[in-house]
Amino acid sequence: MPIELLVEAVIAGVLLGCFYAAVSVGLSVAFGLLDIPHIAHPAFLVLGAYGVYVLGEHGIDPLLGGILLIPIFFLLGVAVYRFYHAVFEKRGTDAGLRGLAFFFGVAFIVEVALILTFGVDQRMVDAPYIGKGLALGEFRLPLRMLVSFGVALLLTATLSLYLSATFTGRAIKAVAQDQTALALMGADPVRIKQWAFGIATGTCAIAGALLIVVGPVEPGLGRLYIGRTFCVAVLAGLGSMPGTLAAGIILGVAESVVLTSLGASWAPAVAFGILLLVLAVKPAGLFGR
Amino acid sequence: MKPTRRTLLVTLAAAALMTCGLAPAQDKTPIRIGLSIAQTGPLSGAGKSGLLALQLWRDDVNARGGLLGRQVELVVYDDQSSPAMTPGIYTKLIDVDKVDLLIAPYATNPTAPIMPLIKRRDLLLMGNFALDANAEIRHDKYFNNQPWSSAKDAAAPFLGLCKKLGAKNIAILAADAEFAQNLANGFRQGLKEHGFESVYDQNYPPATIDFSSMMRAIRAKKPDVVFVASYPSDSTAIIRAVNEIGVGDSVKLFGGGMVGLQYASILESLGSQLNGVVNYHVWAPEKSMDFPGIREFLARYQAKAKQAGVDPLGFYLPPYDYAIGEMLAQAVTATRSLDHKVLAKYIREHEMKTVVGSIRYGPTGEWSNPRMIYVQFRGVTDKNLDQFRSAGKQVVVAPDAFKTGEVLPFGEVRK
Repeated sequence: MPIELLVEAVIAGVLLGCFYAAVSVGLSVAFGLLDIPHIAHPAFLVLGAYGVYVLGEHGIDPLLGGILLIPIFFLLGVAVYRFYHAVFEKRGTDAGLRGLAFFFGVAFIVEVALILTFGVDQRMVDAPYIGKGLALGEFRLPLRMLVSFGVALLLTATLSLYLSATFTGRAIKAVAQDQTALALMGADPVRIKQWAFGIATGTCAIAGALLIVVGPVEPGLGRLYIGRTFCVAVLAGLGSMPGTLAAGIILGVAESVVLTSLGASWAPAVAFGILLLVLAVKPAGLFGR
Repeated sequence: MKPTRRTLLVTLAAAALMTCGLAPAQDKTPIRIGLSIAQTGPLSGAGKSGLLALQLWRDDVNARGGLLGRQVELVVYDDQSSPAMTPGIYTKLIDVDKVDLLIAPYATNPTAPIMPLIKRRDLLLMGNFALDANAEIRHDKYFNNQPWSSAKDAAAPFLGLCKKLGAKNIAILAADAEFAQNLANGFRQGLKEHGFESVYDQNYPPATIDFSSMMRAIRAKKPDVVFVASYPSDSTAIIRAVNEIGVGDSVKLFGGGMVGLQYASILESLGSQLNGVVNYHVWAPEKSMDFPGIREFLARYQAKAKQAGVDPLGFYLPPYDYAIGEMLAQAVTATRSLDHKVLAKYIREHEMKTVVGSIRYGPTGEWSNPRMIYVQFRGVTDKNLDQFRSAGKQVVVAPDAFKTGEVLPFGEVRK
């Protein structure tokens, strides 16, 4: 494989990896920090993408649309968590398994609602950075991936800063470690978790915007992302934001290099092989404690 | 012996009973036609439009008084585009719903798993755009509505275009799934026979998101032709990657077997990015494709599609699914029977008149005169669906019998 092709593949992989990180960052909060089996996370991403599509029909830029949708998704997340807490989490020990079934049901409802509202056809959006490439001599990169790279970096950096530098952020980290200790300090773990789940769902608005910027969406697309997003969240070390970015980039680069050199069929095997290898050597994940 | 009054009465009573037996009360229960067709999942774009066409046929035939004096009813299930669902659905259609006739699921992947069941039960099955589904099993009561008989036949016109443009080096990019692999294998077989050299041949997993890396790898090989066998979301991503990364100046022909470039929503979204691509199709609004009744059918379909929110053009599956109904109606009316053996014999031996032209079947239930057309997108502008309703935007470049223009090199059309 020529060196320039390898360099190009690595750069493309970093861009793709940042996109993977952006779509997984909400799951890192919900699953990694709150221990909620949020299998509906990819369905919320698709919901976000459709929200952006609707705003796009009114001439609003996809990224701006994603930002505008964040408060709505935050409230949606709060509502979903309150229901999940009241019906499953509060009742005790088998909340995990029953919660899994609950979120699977939520994902199914979101998918069917999207089918009934928008039909099954693919939807895309228009923006000046979609469908164009940035050419530097023979070297070319898709603009939409560069945009997704920038947004993903910003998103993970903001979340990372929020979790480490604010009181609520540190409380979210604390609830992940020891709920009882947090309660003894005077904070309400349920309210903190509710807030954190709202943030996790809020990221789906902006990540959903990236989803529809990167490619067309259809109601069932979420199913394709279940494996990938969980893979990134687990590989990262549950709950780590820098870890999510690193894990996304590792998977993206591996996929891109394998697609360019070894052959496309090997890409998923290599990505999940890396996950198995990391978990074998470091069971807590790359940045796990 | 002289007939007595008693023997006369007995004879009359027996005759009356026999008459009753010969003319039973006419069956007024509906004729039930069972099928599964994707209404969700990746195949549902075409599946929904196909079902609308079948419902249109059902309404037409019922308005004319039904078949054999009985109304027609469709028993439909959503297979979610999943091959894992179809064996269960068809077992239910046969054993629980007890349908009279069967139409296969839409597309190759969901059809392949039901073929052993259909063969074992020895049932008539009207195929619904499945490629090579009967090639191995060779069930004698299977008849496909898809207008090409095998992957090799499907690829033949495209190979002819490669030759016409003086190509030598070929790149192949195919989805790792049944239909795309069948099509790509047909093309691969043809490559050897025509003496072309394969410089890149990759199968990609169906969940691939970004094709930039593959496009770079293809560009590095400097092929003359890029043959792509892909599914709708991949097709869109590949066309985008071509625009963003480029495939290089060496490429004279790009396309082949890209599913999705026949659907209105994708055509409208991709717009001018499609220019130059040569892809398979089954119908285009070109003069050579004016079969009796097809324009009238499409006008009625398009009026309904708008209300139903399904593919507003309907050039791909709808006319061919309507044709399935027409073939069943022709066979049932001619034979006055619902016996699968009788119907299959009739379909095998007669010319079937449909809105997609006259069809005669070969030994494996595929068209004896296959008709895969290849169209080249030209002069396509952005955000204008109506442009695809008129001639000139999807020029038929192969086969010769339906050609409405000569193929032009990829780069020349995109200038």
